[in-house]
Formats: sequence, structure tokens, C-alpha cells
Amino acid sequence: MNLTLKVWRQNGPDDKGHMEIYPVKDINPDMSFLEMMDVLNEELISEGKDPIAFDHDCREGICGMCSMFINGEPHGPERRTTTCQLHMRSFKDGDTIVVEPWRSAAFPVIKDLAVDRAAFDRIQQAGGYVSVNTSGNTIDANAIPVPKQNADKAFNAATCIGCGACVAACKNSSAMLFVSAKVSQYALLPQGKVEAKERVRKMVNQMDLEGFGNCTNTGACEAECPVGISLENIARMNREYLSASLSSAE
Amino acid sequence: MKLDANIPSGSLGQKWSSHKSSIRLVSPANKRNIDVVVVGTGLAGSSAAASLAEMGYNVKAFCFQDSPRRAHSIAAQGGINAAKNYQNDGDSVYRLFYDTIKGGDYRSREANVYRLAEVSANIIDQCVAQGVPFARDYGGLLDNRSFGGVQVSRTFYAKGQTGQQLLLGAYSALNRQISKGNVKMYNRHEMMDVVVEGGKARGIIARNLTTGEIERHGAHAVLLCTGGYGNVFFLSTNAMGSNGSAAWKAHRRGAMFANPCFTQIHPTCIPQSGEYQSKLTLMSESLRNDGRIWVPKDKKDAEAIREGKLKPTDLPEEKRDYYLERRYPAFGNLVPRDVASRAAKERCDEGFGVNATGQAVYLDFSSAIERYGKTEANQLGITNPSKEKIIELGEKVVASKYGNLFEMYDKIKDVNPYKSPMMIYPAVHYTMGGLWVDYNLMTNVPGMYALGEANFSDHGANRLGASALMQGLADGYFVAPYTVGDYLADEIRTGAIDTNSEAFEKAEADVVERIDNLINSNGTRSVDSFHRALGKIMWDKCGMARNAEGLKEAMTEIKALREEFWKDVKVPGRKDMYNPELDKAGRVADFLELGELMCLDALTREESCGGHFREEYQTEEGEAMRDDENFAFVSCWKYNDEPSKAELVKEELTFENVELKTRSYK
Amino acid sequence: MAKSALLGSSLAKKYWMALTGLFLSIFLVVHLAGNLVLLGGQAMAEDFNAYAEFMTTFPLIKIASYLLYASILFHAIDGILLTIQNRKARPVKYHYENPSANSGWASRNMAFLGTVMLLFIVGHMATFWWRMKFGEMPIDAVGQKDLYTVVATYFTTASTAWLHVLLYVVAMIAIGFHLWHGFQSAFQTMGVNHPKYTPVIKKVGYVFSVVIPALFAVIPIYMFITQ
Repeated sequence: MNLTLKVWRQNGPDDKGHMEIYPVKDINPDMSFLEMMDVLNEELISEGKDPIAFDHDCREGICGMCSMFINGEPHGPERRTTTCQLHMRSFKDGDTIVVEPWRSAAFPVIKDLAVDRAAFDRIQQAGGYVSVNTSGNTIDANAIPVPKQNADKAFNAATCIGCGACVAACKNSSAMLFVSAKVSQYALLPQGKVEAKERVRKMVNQMDLEGFGNCTNTGACEAECPVGISLENIARMNREYLSASLSSAE
Repeated sequence: MKLDANIPSGSLGQKWSSHKSSIRLVSPANKRNIDVVVVGTGLAGSSAAASLAEMGYNVKAFCFQDSPRRAHSIAAQGGINAAKNYQNDGDSVYRLFYDTIKGGDYRSREANVYRLAEVSANIIDQCVAQGVPFARDYGGLLDNRSFGGVQVSRTFYAKGQTGQQLLLGAYSALNRQISKGNVKMYNRHEMMDVVVEGGKARGIIARNLTTGEIERHGAHAVLLCTGGYGNVFFLSTNAMGSNGSAAWKAHRRGAMFANPCFTQIHPTCIPQSGEYQSKLTLMSESLRNDGRIWVPKDKKDAEAIREGKLKPTDLPEEKRDYYLERRYPAFGNLVPRDVASRAAKERCDEGFGVNATGQAVYLDFSSAIERYGKTEANQLGITNPSKEKIIELGEKVVASKYGNLFEMYDKIKDVNPYKSPMMIYPAVHYTMGGLWVDYNLMTNVPGMYALGEANFSDHGANRLGASALMQGLADGYFVAPYTVGDYLADEIRTGAIDTNSEAFEKAEADVVERIDNLINSNGTRSVDSFHRALGKIMWDKCGMARNAEGLKEAMTEIKALREEFWKDVKVPGRKDMYNPELDKAGRVADFLELGELMCLDALTREESCGGHFREEYQTEEGEAMRDDENFAFVSCWKYNDEPSKAELVKEELTFENVELKTRSYK
Repeated sequence: MAKSALLGSSLAKKYWMALTGLFLSIFLVVHLAGNLVLLGGQAMAEDFNAYAEFMTTFPLIKIASYLLYASILFHAIDGILLTIQNRKARPVKYHYENPSANSGWASRNMAFLGTVMLLFIVGHMATFWWRMKFGEMPIDAVGQKDLYTVVATYFTTASTAWLHVLLYVVAMIAIGFHLWHGFQSAFQTMGVNHPKYTPVIKKVGYVFSVVIPALFAVIPIYMFITQ
């Protein structure tokens, strides 16, 4: 396959950035998208040019580090697929592929396609945990039965890989899907209920402070989420926050 | 030099509890004045950082990824073992201990392994309390599955994402401490060196990967929780960033490297499809419960398949060689990982491989689909079902068991594994070797600890499935937080570590010099080209089967490659901004030394055990020959100018509670 | 109250959007019920005028109408604030986007549709509401303000009647799209999402967003055609 890549180049956070065109030749359709980028980078290095910086790590779709906005969609055209699991057979010979970083005020560009997602960490630090010490002297694991249905729902919410595709897809750069997944996981489990109200207030507050936009319920986040986190979680968070706001003394 | 493992006295079952109660404590007022550096934020690192911070120490945690949650523990699929005996199938702490020792082919330390089994149950309690959503049954209680051929069901799991859920649990505990200000988190920071002063670990030199800034961080104890070094093979199931640099730097500063040649090669990975390939993907071991492994009986058929002239489904039953069932009738397709891997390699080396590269075997589900289909038809009361109906029903059953894995395979290979057999090949997956630690998880450098995959302690020569997660969390939550205190009790009068000392100056200067050498090397070859070349040497000569001649060759070749690297590597970009190529160059430079030590270790271990198979030491049927008489020891290597000159120190292994037996799967 | 809520969290702003939006949807039904009388033509003109009189004078309705004006303003201002915030959240735009792959057109253009509607409402109120309240009105046979004639003139005999009808229909289309997304979105925002009921809510919303604006639009079209 021969392709034309249009890639966002930005030499550091303060650079204005621009799109640059690169032809890539002899691409094997069995390559992953990132392997294609590797090939391009090898070529750039051999030509004495600066390779394209991008984030990636596990390359099996679970670490959440890869983050490319490909042909107008986060992680590219395939559903339920991270960039690292996207293969070149999803494209046609002769295609032009546009590659950009996640764009959001809360995710400043570090270089080229790599962005800083520390905002997500800070939201989690605001309350994404159960306040229990790690002594191991907790009660026996089976002393707290959890209805299978809730356990499964909590698990589904907990599978969020924190990649930020939801923010990238949302026309408002809203982080609601990400935040609601964590809020839901704990709200559904008895262990997390105790501090549920406090948690949702703190996490939403942090989310707002980070400069994410608002949720318009377009559903783009759910459609683009590589692990299929459901909008149901956003509704649950709306509920949790409403009840927390109504019941709080503030 | 003599190594003391500091194993507490007393009976096996009493060691940990009596040690724990006699260990020295640090008072809360003093803890506030003690700094601890934790490098790596996988299961071991996150849990250790969270626990130590909770106890009151000032913790600084470092990870090279953009967030602690990205650590490669996240990719573990199968599950975590714990001796809970919830299934009432006779499991016990002793049984878990015994299985682990035996699975490790009797090359691990009894006391450490027993402690691991002992605290395993606490891990589950802890994780559930933290809100980790383990799989549950309809009664709302925790579900288990069996794993890795043991006779009990002791594996707790969260679908195929157990590692993810456990890591996010540890990450949440870490976040709680970060929000309290007890942990200062350094994302996108890489440890460049450990600072050793007066014989003790006193801190680290770190590099901010986004700005290139070099930083000094003093600490009274340094915990290396940096994972394994499987990426020395270039292609492995590890993440792209996984590296052995922290352990290697520690080794160069005096820490012993133990059993470096013990590498686990996992039999069921998706085979390499081309030279461009960057990593290999694991398919859960559970597939071997239902899949049958085969290659064509006739070399001509294999050739035809490789050339694409013949489809595997066209090959009749009698022309297939189910070689595991043939060689190991008792265990068949369920032989342990090392045995299955070697058998696949043997067939492919003989020319029976089926991928275009000749490096793959089939994992076929058609019998399982048919079998399940018939059972299902019976249960549904369908008499004389058609073949199509049977297959349809069978595929549904298989989908319910392995659906996500089949989907993953389809995504990567673009082949429907329900209709055509999967192709698999072994790949490097885990390294049992690592920094030598004593019972307290302290390396031979006082104040320097190694936890999780980074140490060598619990898995011997081969790790059992679902035990890596257990060890990471055991070390981080329940072992190190206690044992570190014992050492720190002597440090309460030390005061803040002076990072302007000579040792820090020197360490930083070394780091800066090395980075300058890399960035200014102005060569012609990319870092990856060296990494690939190293990987090929390692895989061919220090992979699934090794021999003295090959290992000697490998050592010469690696040395030459290393010299070539420093002469001809090309690192683009600048050192004072985000530059992934530069980061990679530093890691590959370390692999180029570590690889040689692995070969040396493999060369001196003149026996076959677990993941280490020496062709000279096998039975006539090609089975591993362990030599307990001469090799029941841990090979500990002391750095000495260069890898080939490393000095071997032996820690003899004594087995007081188990009898050493030969593994047989015939 | 309005101020603190508007300055509150992003979620609070959304709750208000949803609540005012749903309230305005109810108003649409009431308004439509009255308008449908217009289809009775001259024969029912007095009934329509009586209804209009009742709506502008009955105290309870008056209170409701102030609530309505407040809601419209609130919904609009809140929407503007949210939009400003949303714009700020992505200062550098994508070079190329393919949003139709993941979301519906209406859901992405609520602000635009809302602006169209706001302009319409201003014009609509100037034409009818202002005149009814403060302007000069013809008087019908029983002495009521003859709103029917004002409406009929506007949509049938005025020289630009065709334009009035056209603008009205365009506005109704905008309302339709706005409701298409807005109706079910309001429930989601208020936390109502249920595997069983959400599909029903969505269907009701779609029917509502087609039927209500269509019936509104039919009236001037009918009057124009049958003039």
C-alpha cells in the first residue's frame, strides 16, 4: 500500500504547530497503525529529520497510552479499537490519512501527537478511590456479597482505560464519560457507597477546574470509546451529583 | 563474598509472623522525616508507594509513562492466585506454596514462597475492600477458575482484565495518598541512576522526559519496582517502554543480578507476521483447555501452506501431527508453558511451521466446536442434528468461553478463528530472574529494595500462571512496608539526604555524559535497528533452547554489537525536550549489556530447568534434565567493569519442606 | 437564585437546561392546543379570541407566563454560557473532523438551532404578543381583541404573507431538530437512563419533535392555502 499522511507537527508546547504531508510507501496491510508510524519514523531518522513523537506503550489496547485522532475520529475509523489495535487493512491503497493529537484545553500538546493527560490523574486524585488503608486487615472478601448484576456493571465501568478518546471525540471536550465511569464503579459497589456523595462532588469539581467542556449528550464519546463505556454511566453520575447536591449542607 | 538471605529461624509456617512481630518499627514522628523513593508504579510500585505513604513516610514515586495507571501490570489477563479455599476443593497455603515451588522447578527460596502463599488471601480481602470488581457468581460471592494445570480452583479474576482491575485498585490507593500530599508523583520521569553513598542507597538521579531536565532525589530507601527485562528480546509481550534499565543501573552500582537467564516463553502468542513487527500479543493460556495444537505431518504440506497453496482446513485428519498429544499423552495440550513452547520450536525448526515465516503452529478449535455442539444439541433435545447445526451450536459455546480472545485474534490477523485454526507461536513473556534480594526484599546494597518482577525471589526457573499479580501485590502491600521499616529504624538520625554530595555530583555527571554521548553520536543506524539485532541474537541463541557454543557466540556478537552501537547509533532531536528516541537509546544501551550477562548465566548453568533449556542436558526423548546435585543454587552476578567479567556468587538453596522431584508429563 | 445556579458547576447548569427545556416543551403543547382553534377558520374566530383573552388576563396563567418568559431567557442565557465554556475547552480546532461517524447532526447543533429559535421568538412576540398586550387591536363582534384577524392577515393577505409562512415553517423545523435531541437529552441529564424506559423516552421524544412542530406549521400553511 502507498499512502499519504497528513500529520500534525508541533515542536513543543509553545510552538504554533502545522500539518505536514508525508508519503509512505510499501505498507503491509497487516501492520498496525503504530507500526506504520514506526516505519515512517525510521525513514525520517535516516533522512536526518525529526521523527514524529507519539505516545504508546502496551500496543495491545489496554494501557490507554496511544492517542491519535485519525481521519477525524479518535483512534480512527474502527469501533471498539485503540490506535495500536487499528490495522492498515482498514485503509485503502492511495488513501490520505489525517493524523492529529487529542485537542483539548485540558490536554496540552507536549510534542507533535503526544499530549499531557495529567488532568485525568488529578480528577482521580480528587476522589477516585475508596478510603481504606492497605493493612490487609480488612474483613474477608466474601463478607460483602455484591449482586452479580451490580458487580458486572461496576466492572464494565471500571474497564475504562483512561485514554481520553471521549474528550477528543466530544465537540465540547467534555470528560463526563471518563469521570462518570469511575463514579459509577464505586457507586455501584457497597464498598464505595459510604463516600459516594463526597466523591462525586469532588470529582466533578476537579473536572470543571481542569477546563473540560460540558456534556451535550451527543453520544460521540460512547461511540468512539475503545472499550465501550456506556452513556448510562453519565446518567448515573448526573443522578449521583444531583442527590449529592440536594442532600449536602454546603 | 557471601550472600545472606536473612531467612528468619523457626518452622516454615512461623517464619513470617514471628519475623513481623520482631521487626523494628519507626515512630510516627520519625517517619515524617524519612524519604522513600519508589521507582515504577505497576502493581508492586503503586501498592508499595501507597502503603508506605499511609504509614507516614514521605514518598516520591516515579514512572516513565504519562500516568501511573499505564504500567504494564495493566495488561495481565488471566487472574490472581490466592489460597482462599472458597471452592472447598482442598486448597491451602501449603498447597499454593508447594505448587509454586514445584512449578518453579525447585529453583526458588522456600521461605519467600511460603510467605507469598501466606499473604495471598489478604490480597483478595484488600482488593475487594478497595472496590476491585472481581467476577462474582449469582450468590454475589467471588468466583474462581482453575489455571495453569493445578488441581484446585484458586484463581480470582475480572474477565480477561484482571491485571487492569488490580492495577487500577493500587492506583486508586496511590491517588488517595497523592491527594493527601503523602506521595509526590513524578509522571514521565525515568530513573537514570541509583546513588550509592557509604555503601547505602541514598537516592536516585531522574530525568524529566518532557523537558530533559536532570533531577536529584535523595532518599533513605530506594524501592525498585520496575518490572522485567523481557524486551531484551526486542519482540516480547511486554509493553514497548518496559525496560531493564533501573535494575541494570542498580546492578552496575553493586546490586547482584540473580538468575538473569530464567526467562518465561509463553506458548500461545500471535506469531510475528513481518520484519516491521513491534511487539507480540499474548493469547490467554486458557485457550489450550479446548484448542488442539498441530502441524502437518508431511513437510510438503507445510510448504504448500506456507506458500498459500493449501488451506489448513483442507488437510485431512490423518495428515495432521498433533505433536503434543503424541509426545505427552498424559497431559497432551495442557503441558506446562516451557514444555509446550519448546515442542513448537522443535517442529518449526524441523520445517513443519505454517506461517509464511515458517514460525507458527496451529491451535485448532474444530474438535472442541464439534464436541460442544453435540452436547448442546443433546441438551436442547435436537435429534440427528445436521453438521451445520452442530457447528453453529458449538461455535456459540466456544464464543461464550473465549469470545474476546477470538475477536482480538481476528482483529490482529484478519482471520476468523472459528472457521480456520489460529496460528500461534511462543513469545517472551516474563523474566523470573532479577535483582537479588534477601527475605526482606532488600538487595545486597543496604537501603535498596527490589519488588515484583524486578526481583528474582519467588518463581524460580518458571512462573505459574496467575502468580505474577500475586507476587507484585504481596511485595508492595504486605511485605516491603514492614521490612523497609526494619532498615529505616537505623536511619532516624540521618536527617535529610544531602543531594549536593560527591556521590550525587558524580552520578549526575555520569548520566549527563552518557546522554551527551548518545545525542552527539551522529551515527547512521537507528536505535531500533540495534534493538532488533540484539533481539535476534538473544532469541536464536539464548531463547527457548540454548547450547554452550551458541551462547559463546552470542556473547561475542552482543559485545561487538554494543561497540557498534556506541560508534554508529543515530539519535535524532534534542536532549532538552520530549524525545522518545533518546529515551529508547538509553534503554537499548542497557539491554546490550544485560543480554550478554544473560548469556553468561545461561552458559554457566549446565543443566536444564524450567524456562532454561540447555540442549546438552536433555534425556533421549528430549526432556529437560535438572541437576539438583550441582545446580540447586541461585546464580548471583556481581558487576565487574563489563558483563562478561561478572563474578558469580552462589546462594545455595536448601529444601527442608519439599522433596525434589523430576517433572514428568508423559 | 438564577445567578448562583448559573455560576454553579457544569452539571448544575445542565440540570437547569434540562428542566427549563422540559418546561418549555410542555408550554409548546398548551400553545399548540390554542393555535389549533385557528384551523376552525372564521367560524371559530371568536372562540380563538376568547382563548387569547383568557391567556393574557387569567391570574394563574399570568404567573405561569412569567415563569415561561424566565425559562426562555434562562434557557437561552444558560445555553450561551455553556457554549462559551465549550468553545474555550477546545481552543485549537481539529484540522479535519468526521463527527457524523459518531453523533447526530441535531445533537451537535443545539446552540445554532437555539439561536434560530430565539430570533424567531423575538419576531413572533413582536408580531403577536406585543400587539395583543400593548398595540392597537381590532375588536371582534363580541367586543374581544380580535387576534384571529391579526393572525389571518399576517399569514394570508399581507403582501409578504408567503414570507411569513416560510419563516414560520423554517422556525418549526428548527424547533423540531432541537427537540429531536433535546427531549431525550433532558432526561439523560436529569439522570434518567434505564434499559427499559430510555428507548421509550427516546421514541416519545422523536414523535413529539416531529408531531408538535408539524402541527404548528400546518396552521399557517393551511390558512395561506385556503385564503
